[in-house]
Amino acid sequence: MEELYIYPWAITTAYMLLISALAIATWRLIYGPSLFDRVVAMDLISAVVMCIASVFAIETRNSVFLEISVAIAIVTFLGTIAFARYLEDEEAE
Amino acid sequence: MSLLLSIILIIGAAFTTIAAIGLIRFPDFYTRMHAATKAGAFGGIIILLLCAFYFASLKVAIIVFVNIIFFYFTAPVAAHMIARSAYINRVKQWKGSKADELKGNITLKHHHDD
Repeated sequence: MEELYIYPWAITTAYMLLISALAIATWRLIYGPSLFDRVVAMDLISAVVMCIASVFAIETRNSVFLEISVAIAIVTFLGTIAFARYLEDEEAE
Repeated sequence: MSLLLSIILIIGAAFTTIAAIGLIRFPDFYTRMHAATKAGAFGGIIILLLCAFYFASLKVAIIVFVNIIFFYFTAPVAAHMIARSAYINRVKQWKGSKADELKGNITLKHHHDD
């Protein structure tokens, strides 16, 4: 079986797309009208960082960076759930 | 085969970028949340499966499987809870929205002009 190979121009294009996605999501994070827009922007930023870690694992042929991706997924999920519950139960009357 | 893997990598990155474009182009919080969570999770899954095919070892396959479980199964749950919390906090819908199925079935927060 031949060694699988991914062209460097494809990796560069993927990096460009993901960095532009980071820039756009950061714009929404700064200028979002409500708190919830900012939470969704943070969620998308974490997804983009997971994708960047996966592409970096492909680029360096080192599978350790996929475990970073697992950790980011767990922490982001817990953070979003905690934020939603806190904003629901904020009744201080 | 290498060309196919390269094209799949670019497609996965493009899905994530499309999610980010939807995050700024849509007029409403709920539509933005819909676009970002759905397309972002799908692009991430494509790149993770590409990693599993590229390394072709059992260890990487198990890591990718755990990653898909924790990402693809929890992102919709987080999106649902954030949207429900936003509805309770009276985030405005877009003027062109056709349906509001949740109206009257949930107790909203009171206004306290801050």
